[in-house]
Amino acid sequence: MLDLLTLYATNLITWDNTLTLAWIVLTCLLVAVPVLLGMAYTTWFERKVLGWMHLRHGPMYVGWFGLLQPIADAVKLFFKEPFVPEGSNKLMFMLAPAMVFVPSLLAWAVIPVDKGWVVADVNLGVMYLLAVSSLSVYGILMAGWASNSKYPFLGAVRSGAQMVSYEVSLGLIILSVVLLAGSMNLSAIVEAQQGMWFAIPAFPAFVMFLVSILAETNRHPFDLPEAEAELVAGYNVEYSSMYFGMFFLGEYIAMITMSAFTAILFLGGWLPPVSVVPLTWVPGVVWFALKVVAILFFMVWARGTLPRYRYDQLMRLGWKIFLPLSLVWLVATAFYVKMYGNMVWGG
Amino acid sequence: MEIWYGVGNKMKNLLRHLKQFLLLDMLQGFGITLANLFRKKYTLMYPYETTPISPRFRGEHALRRYPNGEERCIACKLCEAVCPAQAITIEAEPRSDGSRRTTRYDIDMVKCIYCGLCEEACPVDAIVEGPNMEFAAEDRKTLVYTKAKLLANGERLEPTLAERLKKDGGYR
Repeated sequence: MLDLLTLYATNLITWDNTLTLAWIVLTCLLVAVPVLLGMAYTTWFERKVLGWMHLRHGPMYVGWFGLLQPIADAVKLFFKEPFVPEGSNKLMFMLAPAMVFVPSLLAWAVIPVDKGWVVADVNLGVMYLLAVSSLSVYGILMAGWASNSKYPFLGAVRSGAQMVSYEVSLGLIILSVVLLAGSMNLSAIVEAQQGMWFAIPAFPAFVMFLVSILAETNRHPFDLPEAEAELVAGYNVEYSSMYFGMFFLGEYIAMITMSAFTAILFLGGWLPPVSVVPLTWVPGVVWFALKVVAILFFMVWARGTLPRYRYDQLMRLGWKIFLPLSLVWLVATAFYVKMYGNMVWGG
Repeated sequence: MEIWYGVGNKMKNLLRHLKQFLLLDMLQGFGITLANLFRKKYTLMYPYETTPISPRFRGEHALRRYPNGEERCIACKLCEAVCPAQAITIEAEPRSDGSRRTTRYDIDMVKCIYCGLCEEACPVDAIVEGPNMEFAAEDRKTLVYTKAKLLANGERLEPTLAERLKKDGGYR
């Protein structure tokens, strides 16, 4: 047995294999570290913008302009006591945050940040992204159930129902975009928007998508899973320390992922607004980042503006308005594509 | 014309639905928050900025002296009597020149409710409350102010205290 293992190991650890492994680890880090940093600064950005909208300053004291605030927060979270409630299911309780955090990072494998800058350029990128982003609902349900407490349970149930409902219209809208581009490869979808961003011909779908991602990421005005007025903090009531921090990370990374998804589907990913000379000099990553930040700004803006929906209103909006509208839109797009072919401009 | 009956209402309903579907009200709300983003902020960066303080502000206490250096306090104990929190403790005996002076004048700043009655009761403007409010300490012992501490406060803040009494003088 041991001989077999050593043989296996010695055959596995060749110079070539090591290089490949190192390269894989490096690419993972190249994606994960900027995303995590981006997440940290999304919290800063959110607090700042919300503060300004409330005529406050937001974080100001830690570092210049409060720029070190996210780091201070992270350090604080690390030094808190990780508390596991007596009646909880301990294994599930500790596993749940990871179940939220890991899928949110996984999604970044297929997101192209520039031409060719993507870890896995798979043909079913859209499917993968949808699948992975809906995985985090399991983590939330697990957290709610394992906490063995009423508020987390209610929050988790709400979250599950909400994410499932909005995924339906989200999927239909994405399908209409896929029809327009004629591909499920995210890079191909971006390339198809060279002449015109899909946000312009598919404007109603774009608006519906924006609202749906708010519901999908449990953001205001659809933050019912953690409606602090009714549920204290929803599914993360019982969590503290880095367990809570992982939920937090997962949520904010999901926000960034969804923003990136919107940027790719509707705002032309890494493409500049118009293909003229001074704009094409700017690297694609910058354009992509700008678009992601713009959509994140919209999410924060919505939080600063709209009051929370009631749960029945949320369900009504999802099933009675968004579902029929996105279905109609899908059929209309399908007709268009059947008559005039895919909307691939300049490609 | 019977068929036109209620058309106005229907139009109104239609417009209402249109307004709802075009999210006009929401857009208006978004406009307001966007405008707020660029307005001047109300928050004061407190330790670095402070609000102007009224001359009537009742902060840390001080015992004043006359310009010739003599203590104002004549140990009448009116402040001790009027103090609703019983924060003031005074002991007095005649000095060698025959005048009545305090030997002990303690204010427990933890008990004090900063009502300003001592100040009002004082016939010689000896005990006053100054503009200073940043005297927080880590234990209660340092917050029991003795006569020396109060006199030192008076010496340190005398110009402001005099100014303050002058400004408020017309209303007393």
